[in-house]
Amino acid sequence: MANATAAQNSHDAHDHPTGWKRYVYSTNHKDIGTMYLIFAIVAGIIGGALSGFMRWELAEPGIQIFPGLASIVYGAEWQSAAALDAGKHMYNVFTTAHGLIMVFFVVMPALIGGYSNWFVPLMIGAPDMAFPRMNNISFWLLPPAFILLLMSMFFEGPPGGMGTGGGWTVYPPLSTSGQPGPAMDFAILSLHVAGVSSILGAINFITTIFNMRAPGMTLHKMPLFPWAILVTAFLLLLSLPVLAGAITMLLTDRNFGTTFFNPAGGGDPILFQHLFWFFGHPEVYIMILPGFGIISHIVSTFSRKPIFGYLAMVYAMVAIGFVGFIVWAHHMYTTGISLDTQRYFVFATMVIAVPTGVKIFSWIATMWGGSIEFRTPMLWAIGFIFLFTVGGVTGVVLANAGADRSLHDTYYVVAHFHYVLSLGAVFAIFAAWYYWYPKMFGYMYNETLGKLHFWVMFIGVNLIFFPQHFLGLNGMPRRYIDYPDAFALWNMVSSVGYLIMALGLLFFFASIIESVMKKRKAGDNPWGEGATTLEWTLPSPPPFHQFETLPKVK
Amino acid sequence: MAHIDTQDNASRNNKRIAIWLVLIVALMVGMAYAAVPIYQIFCQVTGYGGTTQRAEDNAIAVIDREMTVRFAAQVASDLPVRIVPAATQVDKVGKKVTVTYEATNLTDQPVKTVASFNVTPASMGAYFNKIECFCFTEQTLAPNETVQMPVLYYLDPELDLNDELDTIREVTLFYAFHAS
Repeated sequence: MANATAAQNSHDAHDHPTGWKRYVYSTNHKDIGTMYLIFAIVAGIIGGALSGFMRWELAEPGIQIFPGLASIVYGAEWQSAAALDAGKHMYNVFTTAHGLIMVFFVVMPALIGGYSNWFVPLMIGAPDMAFPRMNNISFWLLPPAFILLLMSMFFEGPPGGMGTGGGWTVYPPLSTSGQPGPAMDFAILSLHVAGVSSILGAINFITTIFNMRAPGMTLHKMPLFPWAILVTAFLLLLSLPVLAGAITMLLTDRNFGTTFFNPAGGGDPILFQHLFWFFGHPEVYIMILPGFGIISHIVSTFSRKPIFGYLAMVYAMVAIGFVGFIVWAHHMYTTGISLDTQRYFVFATMVIAVPTGVKIFSWIATMWGGSIEFRTPMLWAIGFIFLFTVGGVTGVVLANAGADRSLHDTYYVVAHFHYVLSLGAVFAIFAAWYYWYPKMFGYMYNETLGKLHFWVMFIGVNLIFFPQHFLGLNGMPRRYIDYPDAFALWNMVSSVGYLIMALGLLFFFASIIESVMKKRKAGDNPWGEGATTLEWTLPSPPPFHQFETLPKVK
Repeated sequence: MAHIDTQDNASRNNKRIAIWLVLIVALMVGMAYAAVPIYQIFCQVTGYGGTTQRAEDNAIAVIDREMTVRFAAQVASDLPVRIVPAATQVDKVGKKVTVTYEATNLTDQPVKTVASFNVTPASMGAYFNKIECFCFTEQTLAPNETVQMPVLYYLDPELDLNDELDTIREVTLFYAFHAS
């Protein structure tokens, strides 16, 4: 009986708080998911604006924008040599911040924090996450981390420059002796806090998925999105601590006289690259695997067919996750590793194309013979498959150590990883947004605005990034504020593409505003018989507490 | 009551899984730090990154293949020492050779220095054997002193069996001198 009273009390504690407390104190996976999504949108606007300034600067040869910007923001004397230097450094600060924000504060919060919090419990038939309070901590660690990163842009980095401009990879010695000011320390601390947030989230997801599936839902009956998150969470758990260790070494090298990466004390700067990419390569799969899960559901829903090769899809993701840990040195072909080591990493890297190919072909096979409906989420999903495949093909090119000799750190690499991330992962985020929008908020979006958003953005991002392949093949290096006149044409095309993409984003915001004003009620399942997962059995939006009697899965 | 029991079981299971996962995180942080000594040992054993080998003596005979050995040095900007590297040597592979680097302390204070080293091409690291080297220990230079610092080395004849080194005719031994 004592137990019963305790349970009753704990149930009261889960009562429905209102006002600001509902969010700040939230232990509800749906509210926390919504906060993650809003956070990702805000961070995405900031990170996207940074790249807008970069494209503005690169639209024409010469240095036009950033010296003035440095004068306005940091107060360097207008049109002086100091402003020119400050502007050059500011450009590097922008590329660094753009990369870090998009990786840690947009893609990961949206896919892992946002959609996973919302839909992993719903899809496995669980009432909430395993550790609801830890879930709250995971989210509320992110805004401070983001603020730390933004603050770093306003502290001294290298002598006479504001912010850290070493790229998102923060290689020493530029990140140690190269930028002695506190800006780099702020950035490192930001990564620490964001990392803790992600690790706590990963522990929560793994526990939830292992322990809280509805009766009858074996792992081999679990939908693909929770499977993708399970693999992603394990990647986070194994890779993020290594990054945390590496940047802690950076921090102590910078401030406490250790010499992990300083040859003068017996260290080796290349060691940092090994540690960083041991995290960094799984990290790119962390960003794309949730997208794989989402795309599977959307393709299946709008083809009105079950997903083709379910088990192969599951184990393809597991294989990608595993192989992702043993290919890191393909980022380091030019650091003087031996030919035999390069041969191994070329081979291992190319092997990833096999499970990835299994996924691409299975999506196509799911569509094959299906009664396909080209609603907005399906357009985004097909766009994802196409763009991700383009990025995958250039990835196989770059996997060759020989080709990488000339392509390393050129715009070809920039084009490659933006095709898989900026176009791949971001298209998956938008696909999921339109797919689950009626479920999350209870209103239907406007189909015309959604499709306009897709088409304008599809044209825009391709205009931005496809020409960068040409620039890279012709030898334009990345992370420079200026370039020779020969590269002018495709840089201009790329910058025009940015404007078109920005226009596409206006339709995104317009569609949100329109749906909130029109308040078209979405039914429990607006997509029809193709949508078979558990979230569509609930009302839209789902009740504050769902599955009080657990659903039985046959 | 049965319902409450399953809830208790579930939360106990949750905690057990979470503890395992936290242990994995701790293990991976440990692995990141363990990478430092492991990386060092790995380089020493395999000659990775042009890490030269320490040897007692030449076990195999001299073979009929010539190799040019060049010597280079660089001095950290905060170290007031002038280094003159040894002259280029052309010898049969397997022959023991002694060369000397010359170091001059440019100040009237004693200076301590350590040298880090590797060979280029990096794939030669595993075959470059040093029997004696000033780089094994810290060097102290008296004020304004000039010293001759010997290196006794030989190239392992086994390099002839490595196809990757068929085209290699030259190897450069490089020292970076740091203040210590």
